[in-house]
Amino acid sequence: MTEAIHTTNLNAWYGKTHALKNIDMTVENNKITAIIGPSGCGKSTFIRCLNRMNDLIDGFSTEGEILIRGKDIKDTDPVALRKKIGMVFQKPNPFPKSIYENIAYGPRIHGINKRELDSIVESSLKKAALWNEVKDRLNDNAMELSGGQQQRLCIARALAVGPEIILFDEPCSALDPISASKIEDLMIDLKEKYTIVIVTHNMQQAARVSDSTAFFLMGEMIEFGDTKQIFKKPREKSTEDYITGRFG
Amino acid sequence: MRYIKGEAFKYLCMAATVIALMLLALLMWDAWDKGAGWLSLKFLNSFPSRFPEQAGIKSALWGSIWLMILTAIISIPLGVGAAIYLEEYARRTWLTRIIEINISNLAGVPSIVYGILGLALFVRGLMLGRSLLAGALTMALLILPIIIISSQEAIRAVPKSIREASYALGSTKWQTVRHHVLPAALPGILTGNILSLSRAMGEAAPLIMIGALTFIAFTPAGPFDPFTALPIQIFNWASRPKAEFQFLAAAGILVLLALLLAMNAAAIIIRNKYQRYIKW
Repeated sequence: MTEAIHTTNLNAWYGKTHALKNIDMTVENNKITAIIGPSGCGKSTFIRCLNRMNDLIDGFSTEGEILIRGKDIKDTDPVALRKKIGMVFQKPNPFPKSIYENIAYGPRIHGINKRELDSIVESSLKKAALWNEVKDRLNDNAMELSGGQQQRLCIARALAVGPEIILFDEPCSALDPISASKIEDLMIDLKEKYTIVIVTHNMQQAARVSDSTAFFLMGEMIEFGDTKQIFKKPREKSTEDYITGRFG
Repeated sequence: MRYIKGEAFKYLCMAATVIALMLLALLMWDAWDKGAGWLSLKFLNSFPSRFPEQAGIKSALWGSIWLMILTAIISIPLGVGAAIYLEEYARRTWLTRIIEINISNLAGVPSIVYGILGLALFVRGLMLGRSLLAGALTMALLILPIIIISSQEAIRAVPKSIREASYALGSTKWQTVRHHVLPAALPGILTGNILSLSRAMGEAAPLIMIGALTFIAFTPAGPFDPFTALPIQIFNWASRPKAEFQFLAAAGILVLLALLLAMNAAAIIIRNKYQRYIKW
């Protein structure tokens, strides 16, 4: 199966505010799918539907279908679903604990044996390209790392649980350009093993890293296609206006 | 002209601070001046007496300590539990909003009213008599709203991003609360609890209402024993005509103040100790 995520007629509401309108979208395995659009267009809402993060918000409701590898997420327990779908947030949010504990926390709550934790911590940090910088100070508080390191730590923390899909919610918007480019390189490395969905404000970033791009506007998906096509020959006028910087 | 106004305002505020501090210092000085001479180990270790030279606050001191521990055991689990429920579990509906408004209102109810409630409910209703337990239950009611509100504030101050990080890894609600929210909120919760308990420690009115005795020549041995407490003993001494008892009252005030200051200092130390580790 090449479809990792498939949504059909997805609608979402915050109370009475209609935040997502009839989204039909397919995310393919081992690809990076970028979602772009101006603030308030529903792109964060969309990816937070995928791991049912929005369920935590009072008054939030959805209609329509979200299939993750063919299975409706309404039939999956959200806790189990979030183990399969990792998430990295806009602002690095490490736990105020040691670097080691940050990574080990996820596997531990899922019942991983203590003896395996060391190797999981090491391999996760290596996958997130952070191992060499922190291997001598795993017991230091994670809050002492720089912003970019913290964000890679958060990526490592997500990887440690063993997800299949990783959602990135504007992962670089709080970082400096050098840290941001490290995260971008990392995402490209990760797509070999994981399926990635990234929400970004930064159109260059979407163009650099993604295979497919979706353009959202006012809760609707205006256009979805191959990244090259979207950026070179957008079919819709509003997509073109947005990527050429005429609004947004 | 704007600058003159600005300067004038600054000095006005400064004057307000100085006046408040001076009044406090004056009060402390007065108590110290009258009471310090009467402070001694013997004072701490003697029971009350008709003779000022022999009188001490042993029973009141132990009564207050017992009362505080029992009050803490009763009110902290209830208060913190309620705060966790309201912040983490309850959905924001009109009902929870009414509950929260009422908790805030309860925090403003005069303490004597809690005394009346304690008298009717615990002393008479539950037949606990004038026992430590009845006093502690009454005090627990009195400080419960403050504990709930301060714990809620501490829990609310834990950033949403930490909860999200935890949920995104597949934690359950309980794991998120237990592993992340509570540890991060703990310094704030503890500070609030200690300050609430120190309020309970200084209250006399509800205890007088439920009939805590003023003359007790033994220390309580269990939660069902009658008792007295520092504020009651002080009140009792202060209301006597003989001048020496005024000095005893002042000495009692010094003991009470020392205990309260120690508790507040503990709250500050706890807060500073943990705040160094947690920065968002």
